[in-house]
Amino acid sequence: MGARDAMAAAPGLAAWGLMMGVAMVESGLSTFEALLMGTTVFAGSSQLAAIPLIAAGAPMWVVLATGFCVNLRFVVFSAHLRPYMMHLPLWQRLLTGYLTTDLSYVLFTRRFPHHGGSAAQLHAQQAYLAGNCGVNWVAWVGCTVLGVFLAGWVPPSWGLGFAGIMALLGILFSLASSPLRWVSASVAGAAAVAAYALPLKLNILLAIVAAVALCLLLEVTRRSSMKGAA
Amino acid sequence: MIKAQTDLWTVAVIIALALITVLTRTLFFISSKPWHLPPWAQRGLQYAPIAALSAVIVPEVLLTHGQLIASWQDARLFAAAAGALWFFWHKGQGQAVLGTIVVGMAVYLPLHLVGGW
Repeated sequence: MGARDAMAAAPGLAAWGLMMGVAMVESGLSTFEALLMGTTVFAGSSQLAAIPLIAAGAPMWVVLATGFCVNLRFVVFSAHLRPYMMHLPLWQRLLTGYLTTDLSYVLFTRRFPHHGGSAAQLHAQQAYLAGNCGVNWVAWVGCTVLGVFLAGWVPPSWGLGFAGIMALLGILFSLASSPLRWVSASVAGAAAVAAYALPLKLNILLAIVAAVALCLLLEVTRRSSMKGAA
Repeated sequence: MIKAQTDLWTVAVIIALALITVLTRTLFFISSKPWHLPPWAQRGLQYAPIAALSAVIVPEVLLTHGQLIASWQDARLFAAAAGALWFFWHKGQGQAVLGTIVVGMAVYLPLHLVGGW
């Protein structure tokens, strides 16, 4: 059941994995590095965000902090999924969480809006998630590996690596669900360009901090002005 | 093409990134005691991911060797604009992100390869 739902999305995921594989090699990762990244990191957006930073020789903590920030949406998902998971032993919770991407999260919470219930219901939830994540993992990792090998045939001057930036742009649009999130994106983009001359790719972190801080401030002022109006 | 060399530093970065995937996806299931983030951090989670993406994307589209591009004749601008149009036209449908990539590259490749932009 979970596997069937994941199948419906698999062609898109496969095409994306293929692009991911090509983008990693085009940016200068070795075949081994690209394969390692494709099979272990299992988070397209943080991989794509890390690639230009690795290529530019940014220090490790800057690459990791950027990957962490891109991945922070999963922290929100994990808070939501917690009640579905806590009956499992720790290693199963960690494994399930690790394999639950945006797609599996959305499909799973749509199929099971409420957690818990009888042992049979818990079992059905687990089986759905396992099937869904399994298909996802195979489609993603399989096509990433294929992409890594195909990339060897395409000269870098074609600029296929730019597909990675287009993918990030699409994800950005899908996250832009409120006006303040647009503000966050605009501020971060402008700050990253303005502070580009900073060493160690620190412009990225500075931009994130500035955007989040400004949005939190705007939230507070907006809330207090709404209170004032009421 | 030149075969890139594997270096230990990059391998270490990749392994650490994989650990970050595990950490962020399971943060709330690690401890069996219930716990909460402070409210400011919870609200900050709303804005950090999109800020991080934008901070990576915008310089990659608007800068060449650290300088703002001086001419509008740049394939990246047209690709990003075409991708944005596609996304907001197909918003809410599955695969809108995939369409953004395909349409963007369909604009980028001819301009870049044939037009030399």
